[in-house]
Amino acid sequence: MLPIEMTNNGNLLEVTDLRTYFDTEDGIVKAVDGISFQLKRGETLGIVGESGSGKSVTNLSILRLVPTPPGKIVSGEVIFDGQDLLTLNNEAVRHIRGRRIAMIFQDPMTSLNPFMKVSRQLMEMTRLHLGHTKQQAYEHAVKMLETVGIPDARARADNYPHEFSGGMRQRVMIAMALSCEPELLIADEPTTALDVTIQAQILELIKRLKQATGTSVILITHDLGIVAGMTDHLLVMYAGKIFEQAPTKELFATPGNPYTKGLLRSVPDPTAEQGELYQIPGLPPDVAHLPPGCPFAARCDRVQEICHREFPPFVQLTADHCSLCHFAHEVYEESRAETAGRSSESKL
Amino acid sequence: MLRFVLRRLLITIPTILVVITLTWGLIRLAPGNFYSGEKPIPKAIENNIREKYGLNKPWYVQYGKMMGHVLLLDFGTSLKYEGQSVNGIIARSLPVSAAIGLSAYLLALLVGITLGSFAALKQNSKLDYASMALAMVGISVPNFVLGPILVLIFSLTLYWLPPARWYGFPSRGMVLPVLTLSGIYMAYIARLTRAGMLEVLRSDYIRTARSKGLSERQVVMRHALRGGLMPVVSFTGPALAFLLTGTVVVERLFTLPGLGNYFIQASLNRDEPLIIGIVSFIAITLLLMNLVVDIAYAYLDPRIRY
Repeated sequence: MLPIEMTNNGNLLEVTDLRTYFDTEDGIVKAVDGISFQLKRGETLGIVGESGSGKSVTNLSILRLVPTPPGKIVSGEVIFDGQDLLTLNNEAVRHIRGRRIAMIFQDPMTSLNPFMKVSRQLMEMTRLHLGHTKQQAYEHAVKMLETVGIPDARARADNYPHEFSGGMRQRVMIAMALSCEPELLIADEPTTALDVTIQAQILELIKRLKQATGTSVILITHDLGIVAGMTDHLLVMYAGKIFEQAPTKELFATPGNPYTKGLLRSVPDPTAEQGELYQIPGLPPDVAHLPPGCPFAARCDRVQEICHREFPPFVQLTADHCSLCHFAHEVYEESRAETAGRSSESKL
Repeated sequence: MLRFVLRRLLITIPTILVVITLTWGLIRLAPGNFYSGEKPIPKAIENNIREKYGLNKPWYVQYGKMMGHVLLLDFGTSLKYEGQSVNGIIARSLPVSAAIGLSAYLLALLVGITLGSFAALKQNSKLDYASMALAMVGISVPNFVLGPILVLIFSLTLYWLPPARWYGFPSRGMVLPVLTLSGIYMAYIARLTRAGMLEVLRSDYIRTARSKGLSERQVVMRHALRGGLMPVVSFTGPALAFLLTGTVVVERLFTLPGLGNYFIQASLNRDEPLIIGIVSFIAITLLLMNLVVDIAYAYLDPRIRY
C-alpha cells in the first residue's frame, strides 16, 4: 500500500479539469466545467451547491455513470489510486464500481429495485465482487443489515423495499454500498428525501461507519449544516464551476467568495432572537446560456462593472484555499476582520 | 390471494350471462333464420320446422331453454350441421385454432420482446429506427392484406410453402397462417416493450444497479426486464385469449377448420346454438385470461396485493 500512496502524494482521488457537457435542444449545457480537486485516503470531502450546480454530475462522471447521450465527458482526468478512470475500458471500470467506489443516492424510495428482495440486492454485490457463494453472500447481507441498524435484520432481509420506511431504505442502501468495503463512498444528498430526525440518524451512521472502516467519503449536499460537522474539506459549486474550495473550518470562518458568504448567511441560526432568514436574491442561471462574465454577477451584492464583462480568476488565498472571484482577496480580508471582531466580542 | 381469485370468478358469471343474453337478442334481431334459403318454403313446412325447434313458443320460454343449455355447459345440437353437437364442433375445431394461435403468440412474444428491448437499449440508433418502422408497418397493414402478400411470395412465386388448408400439427402449412396472425401482435409487443424498457432504463434503480458494477447484460436481464415488461403482460393476456379462440380472417384466408371459421359460418347460417356456444367459450376464455394477467401481476410486482 505504501508505494502506491507515495506515487500519488497520498491522494486516493485526483480530479483534474473535468468537463461534462449535455447536448440538449436548448444548446450545450456545461453541467460540469473544469472541476479539479483531490481527496486523500480517509478524508471526507463535502460538495455544496444549489440544485443544478453540477455536484451530482461531477460524481456520476467519476464513475462514468452519466447517461450518454445526452451527457458526455468532454475532457479531464479522474485518477483513482493511480489509474485514470476515464480512459479505462468498461470492464475495468465495472470492477471498480461497487467494489472500490460505491455510491448512495438521494432518493431511497426509487433507488432500490422494487421487484427484488433486499437480501438479493445486497447479495449481488458480494457475489459479483468478492466471489461469495449464495450462502456466504446471504450471511454477509444479514450482517451488513445488522451493522446499519436494521432491527431484526435476518427476518427483514427477505422483505421487498416497499416494506421498509424511507430511513430504513436509506440504511439498506448504505449497507449495500458498504458491503464490499469500498475505499471511497460517494453519498449524493443521502438525507434530502428524509425527515429531519432520520437525517441526523443517517448522517451519524455514515460517520460511524466511516470511522470504523477508514473509507474516504464524498458527501454531496445543498445543506451547509450537514457538512459542517462531517467534512475535512469543502467545495462550493455554482453553475458547473468550483467557486471556492478550502478546509471546512477555514471556509466557515473566513469565506473568500461572496456566494459562499451568501450561503452561510442563509443557514438558519437558532440562537438569533427572531427576524427574517437571509436568502440570496434571484435564481441560479440557465447553464445553457451563461453570460460572458461571472455566472453569479446578477445575484451578487458586491457586483462591479468588471464582473459582467470578464470571467473571474481562480485566486489562491492560502495554501489550500481558493476562490473564483475578481475580489477574492478583499472578501477574504473582510471575513477575517469579521471573525476577529466576533472572537474579540466573545472574549468580552 | 385465493379469496381474490374466487371473488373474480364469481364476478365472471354475471358478465358471461350478460354477454350471452345480448348475443341471443342480436341473433333474434338479425333478419332471416336458419331454415330459409333462396327459395321460399311452403307455409306448412315452415310451421312444422318452427314447431319442431320450439320457435312458436313465447320468447321467454325459448330464452329459458337456451340459458338452461348454457348453465349446463351443454350447448345442444347445431341447426345447420345436422346431428352434430355444438360441444363436439368446439372440441374438434379448438385444437386447430389453438395450435395456430399459440404458435403465433409465442412467436410474437419472442420477436416482439427481443426487437423492443434492443430498440430501447440502442435508442435512436439505426436498429431502433428500423425495428420501430417495421413495427409501424406491422400495426398498419391488416392481416387480410399481409396474408395474401405472404402467399403470393412464398407459395405462388417461390413454391416454398402451401398456400392454404390444414395439414395437422406441426406442419409446414402452419407457417404462413402463423406469420400472418402474429404480425400485428409482434408489432404491438415490440412497441410496448420498447416504451416500457425506455422508462425503466431511465429509472433510479437502474442507475443503482450500474453503480454496483454489474455488466450491462446483468443490468438489463436482472433489473430492467421485469419492470420493463409489465405493460406487455397486461396486453398479452387478452391477446392470448383472442389468438387461442381462433381468428376469423386468417382461418378463412387459409381455409383452416378452426373455431373462427365455424363462428363466421354459424353467424351467416343463424345457427343459434353454435353461435351461443362459441361466444360463451370465447367470453369465458377472455375473462379467465384477464384473471391470469391479474394474478401474474401480483406475482411479478411484489407491491401489488389483493
